[in-house]
Amino acid sequence: MVLSSSEIDARLERILYNVEKPGRYVGGEFNQVVKPWDQVDTHVALVFPDIYDVGSSNLGITILYQELNSRPDTLAERAYAPWLDLEAAMRSHEIPLFSLETRHPLSGFDIVGITLPYETLYTNVINLLDLSGIPLHSMDRTENHPLVIAGGHSAFNPEPMAEFIDAFAIGEGEEVVHDIVDAYQKSKANHHTRAQLLQNLAGIPGVYVPSLYQVEFHEDGCIQSVEPIHPQVPRKVRKRIVAKLPPPPTHFLVPSINIVHNRVAVEIMRGCSRGCRFCHAGMVNRPVRERPVDEIIHAIDEALEMTGFEEVAFLSLSSSDYTHILELVDRVSQRYCGKHLTISLPSLRIESFSIDLLEKLKEDARQGGFTLAPEAATDHMRNIINKPIPTDQLLDMVKAIYSRGWTTIKLYFMIGHPSETMEDVRAIAELCKLVISIGTKTIGRRAKLNVGVSTFVPKPHTPFQWVACDPPEIIEAKQQLLRQEMRAPGMKFNWTDPKETLMEAWLSRGDRRMAQVIETAWRNGAKFDAWQEHENSAFWLAAFEKHQLDPAFYVHRQRSLDEILPWDHIDTGVRKSFLMHDYQASLSGELSADCSQECHACGILPAFSDIQIQQRDSWKCPQPDNSLGN
Amino acid sequence: MQRFRITYAKTHSLRYTGNLDIHKIWERTIRRAGLALAYSQGFHPQPRLHQASPLPLGMSSLCEMVDLWLTDDSPILTPEQIQQALSEKAPSGLELQKVEVMPLDAPALQTQIAAAEYSVTFLDEIDTSALQDSVKMLLEQSTLMRERRGKNYDLRPLILDLQVQQSDPLVLTMQLSACENATGRADEVMLELQIDPALTRIERTRLVFK
Repeated sequence: MVLSSSEIDARLERILYNVEKPGRYVGGEFNQVVKPWDQVDTHVALVFPDIYDVGSSNLGITILYQELNSRPDTLAERAYAPWLDLEAAMRSHEIPLFSLETRHPLSGFDIVGITLPYETLYTNVINLLDLSGIPLHSMDRTENHPLVIAGGHSAFNPEPMAEFIDAFAIGEGEEVVHDIVDAYQKSKANHHTRAQLLQNLAGIPGVYVPSLYQVEFHEDGCIQSVEPIHPQVPRKVRKRIVAKLPPPPTHFLVPSINIVHNRVAVEIMRGCSRGCRFCHAGMVNRPVRERPVDEIIHAIDEALEMTGFEEVAFLSLSSSDYTHILELVDRVSQRYCGKHLTISLPSLRIESFSIDLLEKLKEDARQGGFTLAPEAATDHMRNIINKPIPTDQLLDMVKAIYSRGWTTIKLYFMIGHPSETMEDVRAIAELCKLVISIGTKTIGRRAKLNVGVSTFVPKPHTPFQWVACDPPEIIEAKQQLLRQEMRAPGMKFNWTDPKETLMEAWLSRGDRRMAQVIETAWRNGAKFDAWQEHENSAFWLAAFEKHQLDPAFYVHRQRSLDEILPWDHIDTGVRKSFLMHDYQASLSGELSADCSQECHACGILPAFSDIQIQQRDSWKCPQPDNSLGN
Repeated sequence: MQRFRITYAKTHSLRYTGNLDIHKIWERTIRRAGLALAYSQGFHPQPRLHQASPLPLGMSSLCEMVDLWLTDDSPILTPEQIQQALSEKAPSGLELQKVEVMPLDAPALQTQIAAAEYSVTFLDEIDTSALQDSVKMLLEQSTLMRERRGKNYDLRPLILDLQVQQSDPLVLTMQLSACENATGRADEVMLELQIDPALTRIERTRLVFK
């Protein structure tokens, strides 16, 4: 039985008094869009499979919400994962997962679109489907169930979730979301079966329908072949991109409760030219496209007027690389000076110019601490990962930061890079001790250093995709070494639980067989894996054992260069041969220059040559034929 | 500087928004309306915005109050113009009822409230005579010791009035002390009456000034 929205409302009221932060579940935010349900053809639920506090500021959902609601024939509403307390009450009161805007059950929507920004949400996705009363497996759904779509960064390896998702949107969503709704409406008007609908979707560039592909495995567990089972389905699905970034969204939802990232967010550019070899975002978001300064300023004006927010964040993978960064910062600091507005500019390069930028932006810039991410502590190791920052330059920068008024520096490193030795790890501690001693010499005991050390996970579609993760005992030993060595007054050290790293590793590197493991782990009790990795680890290991799969096969195995990788049929536009070449360069410690300076022919230009022609000036790729002359 | 006092209703989904967050909602509503909120002096300037006695999470209200100060460079606006400007930019559930000009030296809003009145309705059918009996018994007590967040306190002197109204549907009304350090909570009264507050709707209907 499907509950009506008023029945859901009535049941919900009886349980909200007793849950933590009930404001998460009631919607009603300023700028929320509520359309008359019966007067709109197509109903889309946009789902962020984590709690409201984390998900409601997600820029991807914000963009899709505005894109879809701009269509008169479509409405988009939102749903998030209820926290454990509300979920228990929902299950005991038989309340299905509902949308915040109108409290319609998710099973009553035409399309359920789920974002997958990180892998540790997978069990939540299954939990939410279950809480919605939607069959977990794509093959069990009928014409009476919503179409379940997923997208986001993790969808670049869709295989672990292939059984649960009807279709994946690979790449950027601004345009493909309309194609999907159009195809859905057309199929519905023509009374197509669900199978026919899925075939129609598979015809849209950037849409991957996993049930239309057959995966065969070798005896050793490696993939033998991935073949489309229908002649009209492409062998490889190339991601979608927009040729030119459209104007950024400005009608942000203004939450009625405090959340993470309670602010205006403006993406100043997409993509990154640095080519850090560990960086998934840097590889899958190519090419670099920038927004004009005028468009950014206009968007801030409009967003502030629409929201009343007191904070603006510029988003990009590497803000310092934005061509007009100085002009942008100058204009923004003049325009909003004295207006009690906080402006944040993350992802700055390690060079003194970054200090100038932050000083211009805010009078109280020094409040928050200065964040740098060298990722590795020796020149040798930074060459391997292709993030070259000479140690001397880093130390000069540190001295400048402390002497120009900041008391706290935050440094981020990773352990577990390919070919890393204990000496490389020890170098992190040595470098940090040097940094805090510079701080103490410069400003005395007020100097603080916070160090975050995460563990490297080789991500699909990067030059390190073939590499093995450190075994758990090595990770433990490296962390133990750091715990011993990272002791100095004023210094704090945080690390990632190895269990969380391993979970992220098998989920991001898995193949289609992982689906049964994910489902069993969820049945064993795993959910909110990003929150309670420690408690959930046993559920996962039991699930691997039940299905006779070995986490080490996915995580700790160096893959051979000629192996068919589970994500090879997903095409990011960057060639596998380029990734291989860059990986080999890494093995010999060779750097690859920033690709705004020199084209390495990664493949992105030919892959999108048809749309690039329209947009020569907003793409930051040098033309391959004249790059040597620059 | 100009000082205004706003009376507003807090209803619908906003009843699940707590006081700190309501403060933020007001700041943002004022900014959206294009009014220049004054800030305190000092190292961490704070918007000059003061709420009357805090409303517990989950309750709605017809009579919330907030005082706000606008800077000198704001245009001189009539209370009606301010009400209009704010109403257009308020989120649903925040309904402006009245805007008054206040003298800058008027005492702080918080210190002026003596008591608050509430009305309670019930999600389920309730036995009227049983409720009347338990209200009567409660009022006969001279002390009602309760524990809240690890502190013991006496609820009885905070209950200034408690009555079952002969209406359909049934309504329970009460007046509770709302002085600083002596504030009664309507949901605590419900618990004392052995009624689960989750199965009621509690609405604040009036603030009583000293």
